[in-house]
Amino acid sequence: MSKDVNNSKTGTLLEVKNIVKMFGDLAANDDVSLSIEHGEIHALLGENGAGKSTLVKIIYGSLQPTSGEIFWRGRRVDIPNPSAARDLGIGMVFQHFSLFESLSVVENIALALPGKFDLKALAKRIIEVSRDYGLPLEPSALIADLSVGQRQRIEIVRCLLQEPQLLIMDEPTAVLTPQESEQLFKTLNRLASEGCAILYISHRLDEIQQLCDEATILRHGRVVANVDPKAETAKSLARLMVGSEVMTVSARKAKQDSARVMVVSDVSAPAIGQFGVALKNINLEVHAGEIVSIAGVAGNGQGELFEVLSGERTEYVSGTITLNGEDVTSRNIIQRRALDAAFVPEERLGHGAVPEFSLSENIVLTRHSTNDGILVGGMLNSGVSETIQNRVSSDLDVRKGEADPQASSLSGGNLQKFVVGRELDRTPKLLIINQPTWGVDAGAAARIHQALLDLADAGSAVLVISQDLDEIYAISDRIAVISRGQLSPACPADEMSLEQIGLLMAGAHEKTPAQMEMQS
Amino acid sequence: MKLILEKRQQRSKRMALLSPVLAIALTIATGAIIFAMQGLNPAKAIFVYFLEPLTSVWSIEELIVKAAPLVLIGVGLALCYQARVWNIGAEGQLTIGALAGSIIPILFNSWQSPLTLVTMLLLGMLGGAAYAAIPAFLKTRFNANEILTSLMLVYVAQYLADWLIRGPWRDPDGFNFPKSVTFEGWQLLPAIGNGRVHLGAGLAIAAVIIFAVIASKTLKGFEIRVIGSSPRAGSFSGFSQKRTIYFTMLVSGALAGLAGICEIAGPSGQLQPAISPGYGFTAIIVAFLGRLNPVGVLFAGVLLAISYLGGEAAQISLGISAKISQVFQGMLLFFILACDALILYKIRFISSNGKTVKAGI
Repeated sequence: MSKDVNNSKTGTLLEVKNIVKMFGDLAANDDVSLSIEHGEIHALLGENGAGKSTLVKIIYGSLQPTSGEIFWRGRRVDIPNPSAARDLGIGMVFQHFSLFESLSVVENIALALPGKFDLKALAKRIIEVSRDYGLPLEPSALIADLSVGQRQRIEIVRCLLQEPQLLIMDEPTAVLTPQESEQLFKTLNRLASEGCAILYISHRLDEIQQLCDEATILRHGRVVANVDPKAETAKSLARLMVGSEVMTVSARKAKQDSARVMVVSDVSAPAIGQFGVALKNINLEVHAGEIVSIAGVAGNGQGELFEVLSGERTEYVSGTITLNGEDVTSRNIIQRRALDAAFVPEERLGHGAVPEFSLSENIVLTRHSTNDGILVGGMLNSGVSETIQNRVSSDLDVRKGEADPQASSLSGGNLQKFVVGRELDRTPKLLIINQPTWGVDAGAAARIHQALLDLADAGSAVLVISQDLDEIYAISDRIAVISRGQLSPACPADEMSLEQIGLLMAGAHEKTPAQMEMQS
Repeated sequence: MKLILEKRQQRSKRMALLSPVLAIALTIATGAIIFAMQGLNPAKAIFVYFLEPLTSVWSIEELIVKAAPLVLIGVGLALCYQARVWNIGAEGQLTIGALAGSIIPILFNSWQSPLTLVTMLLLGMLGGAAYAAIPAFLKTRFNANEILTSLMLVYVAQYLADWLIRGPWRDPDGFNFPKSVTFEGWQLLPAIGNGRVHLGAGLAIAAVIIFAVIASKTLKGFEIRVIGSSPRAGSFSGFSQKRTIYFTMLVSGALAGLAGICEIAGPSGQLQPAISPGYGFTAIIVAFLGRLNPVGVLFAGVLLAISYLGGEAAQISLGISAKISQVFQGMLLFFILACDALILYKIRFISSNGKTVKAGI
């Protein structure tokens, strides 16, 4: 390869032609072609299971195509593994980071780079590069002390140090605050202006319209369109993605003065483990027929709050939680389910569902003691759980390869529909749901939102914990914000501006220790 | 060209059943090579080792006698391992069970009642369970690794047994041999048929049936599998990991203890320093070979019992050490664990230019 070819900053950088990837009988990619120019920000759009990840993994060398060709700077290449991809100049920032929590920033980056360790020199380069691109990083900071946004910066800087020609970003803003996202876009634009191409995967249509020059849209493993996102509307993009008009969420009429289903008064719980968040004096009421949402940046106590409210954790919890007037503070999750409460945790796999169990076995997970006839005289009745599984799957349009597949074989969106549907099927009086549409495509998200609204309309109380402000505004009657384990009072959604929520997310309502003292 | 393991989309149900068969075939093939290296005719040696024990009534009875404790312990360990609780100390629980059950014949020798034997069996189970409670406590309280604690407790139990048999519990009329008094008829397990097969075999079958139902049909069995696969999902379901650790440990300890007292009140008839030829360890192989399924454990127990008999046969007719059975057992465990990788992964051959040459199994 001659030097001038290597440094050219114009023309086609990457071209994939007629890529086919089969998993058994399923074509995850079916004759996919796409080309990316130098300095282009190219969006890859599609529902969950459309084949985006498969395509990206093929480009990054972690999967091999069944057939098809890849051209890099006009030359046909094989990319047998990720390190070959990095040698070509392809970098990737994954949705889920792979960082060692107990190591420092510079140590983590050194581990990923070839060649011998020189931490001092590397630390200097990290400072330079991170400052240049507006991604400030302290090389000696421990990963454990950093926010998700900062961790993502490390991954980006790690890629930048290898001076990539193509940077692949998988759902980068899923974990970021609006401000952090803005900063990221600036960095990406800057990179693009320097000639680095970016392949940007996202569900968020507004982002893609704001950021990207071209969008390739995948559906069921095939390319359905190549469009200029700026010339499209969010609606038309969504239509291309799901293949039909996206279900629009119906408007809500807020109900006043209905019964209090759940009352949380002055609940506190100490942090568990090094990275846990303590809950401090949480007060919250959820009424029948309303949707209350809790906004907040990830890692501010949402997981802990969910565990305490669901009864998964009852140890060391002070204050009181009542459900339909009964004090349930010391009751476990099974007893709370028996009082017609239902719960959907954030993690689908490994928390809401057992990955290697079939769907009907996963029905048993939350329904074994809820008088559904699954447990009769101590014996499990698999016929009943299969019936429920079929009902849930058809009610929420869970798409699956076989009648009763293993939970881990479903795509994220379909598993989420299943996990939500499993609880909705009971028509609970109270539903607490953490990140209802995290990593879920537009079609599935709309379906889940509609189901939550219908449940509230039917007179149930719904508590949503979410980081997605669009979602929160779309469905909530009242909004509260959690930051560092403290919850702001829930206010009617139409009285809360984005700016107010932003301030609360940054901790405007937090009380100092002295104030807490006075209150108690 | 290189070999890589690629994760499967779904667990392969076919491989889950095929893996033990493959492991047995590989064990026999490697065994043939070992026999050949010893200068023996591999075909004849394999026949003597694996098939001859099945050709006479006497040896089939012996097979049942040896399979019974393996199945009893294996059923309990299968339950434990389903919950990913790694009880490696069944041999120690067996030893303590044997000692606890022997309290009656040794210290209360004259108590003759229909309840004598039942009490002995119950004491055996209690002893095994109590001994298994130690690693369970250490794990739930201090997060101590149960593999280490349960294994180390085996040696403690064996030295305790040794001290008792050579010391306070030695038969005063036994010419100083390290043996306890010989048990009386009412303290021994009744025979099934005319041979050496005793009630222990019946207990083993009963355990298989009971635990097959518990594992596949009850909420408890579901709980154990959930906790084993995904503890967080288990706690979301409302199950307690601690409770599961205690339950599986105590049950497997009790079954090992029962196997221990059945050995002493069955074939042995008195306490001797060698209480078991390593049944507690071999049962680990039985549990895995039986796919952690009680019915599978039944078949695996019979197969491993053959390896004991085969070792004796090999010593007698081929003139090689009976330790060969440990070699076979070790190979079998090694191969079964290796083959189990194929349940979750498939093998692919990759040529140097990165193209898949051939999709393997």
